[in-house]
Amino acid sequence: MALDEVKIGGMGASRLRVEDNRFIRGKGNYVDDIVLPGMLHMEILRSPVAHARIKSIDVSKAWEVPGVRLVLTGEMMAARNLAWMPTLSYDTQAVLATDKVRFQGQEVAAVIADDPYIARDACSKIVVEYEQLPVIVNPTQSMAPGAPLIRDDKEGQQTNKVFDWEIGDKEATDRAFEQADVVSKLELHYPRSHPSPMETEGSIADYDRATGKLTVFMTTQAPHIIRAAVALVAELPEHMIRVVSPDLGGGFGNKVPVYPGYVISILASILTERPVKWISDKSSNLISTHFARDVYLKGEMALRKDGKILGFRMHTTSDHGAFFSDAQPSKFKIGLLHSAFACYDIPNAHMVAEGFYTNKAPGGVAYRCSFRVTEGMFFQERMVQAAADDLGMDQAEFRRVNFVKDDDFPHRTPFGFLTDSGQYGKCLDVGLEAIDYKNFLKEKEEAAKRGKLLGIGISTMTEPLGAGNSREYDILGIKMFDSAELRVHMSGKAILRTGAKTQGQGHETTWAQIVAHELGIPADDIVVEEGDTDTAPFGMGTYASRSTPVAGAAVAMVSRKIRAKARKIAAHLLEVSEEDIEWELGRFYVRSNQERGVSIQECAMAAYSNVPDGMEPGLENTSYYDPPNLTWPFACYIATVEVDPETGVWDVLKFVAVDDCGVRINPMIVEGQIMGGLTEAYAAAAMQFITFDEAGNCIGSNYMDYLLPTAWETPGFELYEVVTPCPHHPIGAKGIGECATVGGPAAFVNAVLDALKGTGVRNIDMPLLPDRVYEAIKTGKDISGAPPVKVD
Amino acid sequence: MYPSRFQYESPKTVAEAVALLDQGAGEAKLLAGGQSLVPMLKLRFASPAMLVDINGIEELRYHRFDSDGTLRIGALCRHEDLEKSDIIRQKQPTISAAAPLVADPIVRTRGTFVGSVCHADPQGDWAATMIALNGRIVAQGPKGRREIAMKDFVLGPFQTALEHNEIAIEAVIPAPQGVAVGGYIKLERRVGDFATASVAVALDVVGDKVVRAGIALGGVGSRTIDASDAAAALVGQPLTDATIAKAAELAAAAAEPRSDHRGSADYKRHIVATFVSRLLNQIHSSKEAA
Ligand SMILES: Cc1cc2nc3c(=O)[nH]c(=O)nc-3n(C[C@H](O)[C@H](O)[C@H](O)COP(=O)(O)OP(=O)(O)OC[C@H]3O[C@@H](n4cnc5c(N)ncnc54)[C@H](O)[C@@H]3O)c2cc1C
Repeated sequence: MALDEVKIGGMGASRLRVEDNRFIRGKGNYVDDIVLPGMLHMEILRSPVAHARIKSIDVSKAWEVPGVRLVLTGEMMAARNLAWMPTLSYDTQAVLATDKVRFQGQEVAAVIADDPYIARDACSKIVVEYEQLPVIVNPTQSMAPGAPLIRDDKEGQQTNKVFDWEIGDKEATDRAFEQADVVSKLELHYPRSHPSPMETEGSIADYDRATGKLTVFMTTQAPHIIRAAVALVAELPEHMIRVVSPDLGGGFGNKVPVYPGYVISILASILTERPVKWISDKSSNLISTHFARDVYLKGEMALRKDGKILGFRMHTTSDHGAFFSDAQPSKFKIGLLHSAFACYDIPNAHMVAEGFYTNKAPGGVAYRCSFRVTEGMFFQERMVQAAADDLGMDQAEFRRVNFVKDDDFPHRTPFGFLTDSGQYGKCLDVGLEAIDYKNFLKEKEEAAKRGKLLGIGISTMTEPLGAGNSREYDILGIKMFDSAELRVHMSGKAILRTGAKTQGQGHETTWAQIVAHELGIPADDIVVEEGDTDTAPFGMGTYASRSTPVAGAAVAMVSRKIRAKARKIAAHLLEVSEEDIEWELGRFYVRSNQERGVSIQECAMAAYSNVPDGMEPGLENTSYYDPPNLTWPFACYIATVEVDPETGVWDVLKFVAVDDCGVRINPMIVEGQIMGGLTEAYAAAAMQFITFDEAGNCIGSNYMDYLLPTAWETPGFELYEVVTPCPHHPIGAKGIGECATVGGPAAFVNAVLDALKGTGVRNIDMPLLPDRVYEAIKTGKDISGAPPVKVD
Repeated sequence: MYPSRFQYESPKTVAEAVALLDQGAGEAKLLAGGQSLVPMLKLRFASPAMLVDINGIEELRYHRFDSDGTLRIGALCRHEDLEKSDIIRQKQPTISAAAPLVADPIVRTRGTFVGSVCHADPQGDWAATMIALNGRIVAQGPKGRREIAMKDFVLGPFQTALEHNEIAIEAVIPAPQGVAVGGYIKLERRVGDFATASVAVALDVVGDKVVRAGIALGGVGSRTIDASDAAAALVGQPLTDATIAKAAELAAAAAEPRSDHRGSADYKRHIVATFVSRLLNQIHSSKEAA
């Protein structure tokens, strides 16, 4: 008898998260929990100013503090060729500053001491003399004639430009605009934010001179990439480097890059021959580690009177801070931002992207998104609403008219992406019904008569996940495949390892469910392990929603390899030929007699005790999975709000989310991911930004200024589902970790701007803080939130 | 967290605590709820040589009304004690309205009313209620006790009239003349956020006349602002559209806000006027209803 899949914790089971067992008991094992014998502690001295020449650094007083073992400066790093390191975007980044500091919070010196208190005491004894230079806090200042050159360290770098990039067909797009009845325009800034994981960055470097082996425990979402980078920077061979990423307290893209602290702790361990621990504090994490977004977008849309979009033009100006260290596939300069408008059937498009250096922390990480799609999708949905308004068309209808239709797949976007499946119209219908669209429009009209401002905002989008196929996607030349290794023990219990790295997504739970689905081994009998480069197969790690699309696919594929071998064993045990054998969940049986069968566990036992002649014993295998295409989940988010015109305060009345992420492995985890993502979307729309004053001081350097929403103000979310399986993924899944963060913000912002319709206001930059909304209502003008922030 | 090195003392009586502060000669800091001091230690904005922790002095945890209606709040009375107090809800509407808006629920279990007033943060909530209610602080030092009126207590941002060896042992709110009505509104970006702007209103009312009024503004100046002109405009008058509008206008004029990432000076001034008028209208309509 086949097993009941839900009972064994297979696909579709809302199985409780196995990792929570230790997390809720306080038994997680984070980098900071690890204590090695003889371990020293490192603290980093950071620049208080945003742009300055370093005239001198005097560390003598720091050395005098009892308990100090090592003080490192840029000069000492330079002597070992370690003052600069390569970034994941083919630029360089200072490890410890030698010539200049280029942003507030930049690493200037490090103290290694017996305990972290001493290390901090000694840091405060280091005297640095700075000669202040003019500061640049936005791209407009970067490109101004006569602007100071930030990257004077780079040969041939004459300006503050990082890159120019272009995609699409300019001429065809120009022609589309000539034929347009209406041209709609929009300009906005997606503000700088920070992924701010609960656990900050940290590492423990442990170099063993006797064996020549370097072990680094660190907070990384991509242990294998880090090992490759460390091999490059520290000039150590790969087999002498072990990177271990233990439990992670969130990552959100912030833990993909290589940070100076990692490199310094490694050198410190080599020099002191003792383990060196570095744990960054919250403020350091906020001011120096990789930020997200900070892109100025403008665009226009060519429209026909009946609502058809003929083409669009987009222009992005991105602020990369002092070093270009986005973590993204190397072929693209502004991530996958050009996936914007992929859910609409638009024949012509052209996009120009320009990147600039500024005196701000480096980054541009994929904060809970697939490489800058967040900025793209936000612009898309804001633009779509503006266009519908300009046409005087209902915004839901405008979307429906332009959606790629269910039977038009596969569909090629003007920028070359291939979307392959979806039921966009159906998702929209489910959403509109859930929000009671028609009634709300009536209510809104009624309320307006009483001086109340109600608004409704829609955001629909498909986003590209699962980077990606090896033709187009690589980081530092390494193709973006992923892997899984499965060992089935004699008893039929198993251990699964992948090249991904969970950090809250629940891999330990869901990967086991995929194995259970493929092999019928109960999920509880499968241990999942990730993050140790000495044991895990090579993989590119977890970010950009790629785990289920890529590593998850590898889990299914390796399970199938195991099943294929088990089938041969089963034939041997049942004394029939392989062709006469059938599979049902958990069991092989003889086609002619279903009663005669062997369980997968019996096959496992036989793999170690009774294999057929000529077969290798054992039951284990590895799969490397190179996805044929990206996966394309779809989402429809709708918010209704009420705005208080006297204060600019707005409240969410209702929020509905319809997600089509293909087949759901663990529906409970899927819902958790959507809830979390929507909370972050609300935060971006309502309260979150990191801005700077004219002197380059970071405003948002602590959690009193950089706001994370709490359960009190976060609205409730109603979730709905539509399932369109991914046509090429082995189990039909598309990925869900990031849809809500990506698509959510526009729903809130569109709702507030809808409430303000008729005031002449086209845009208010996020976050929609009450003062901005009030200002917009009062003046009838757009509100820009670009830095520098105005301070009296 | 990695503060600088300090000596830690946990006295059992006020006298012991005063003696320790005296010994500390300006290098000692008193620790109450720790919700402001501990973050300062963490950031090393404060590096006292000694911490005198008063949490062991049990008798300081109280709030009570004297028979004449005077309210006394002991140095260890937590924000949460006031938030959950029936007697406060019944008799002191301004404090009752402010209590759930101070910080977040976790901070409220530790932070103290008196500690907040002593911290003298211009964005703090309790200082505004103290000014509106014409409160005073009872301080005890080596030479005995003295009382300091709230308007003289705060000298500047994070500066008070306390000597280094004095402890604020209690806050006193005088008994109302007639019926105490009032309220508190705060504009915050999120729970636990300090005020972008906040307004405390406390009125003593006899019949339909205001006999005493206090209006104080938080977050809109380098200190908590006593909008005394606005308050004076209400005294001797009933609450009417005209008196309410006048008070709102005078309160906005008294604000001294700065433009920053929370909003422009003009916006904050506008919020002050809006909140004063909302509070007074609320009081007015609840009196009508009664
Ligand atoms: C996340 C967070 C959010 C917050 N949000 C708000 C908010 O929205 N509104 C608000 O008003 N506050 C807020 N606070 C501050 C909080 O209310 C504090 O509790 C309060 O400011 C200080 O009270 P405390 O008892 O914690 O004092 P402590 O932190 O112990 O001390 C503060 C200062 O006062 C001195 N002191 C304390 N008690 C006495 C005494 N009896 N005599 C003499 N000196 C004394 C101390 O020496 C120290 O200098 C917040 C705090 C946190 C951590």
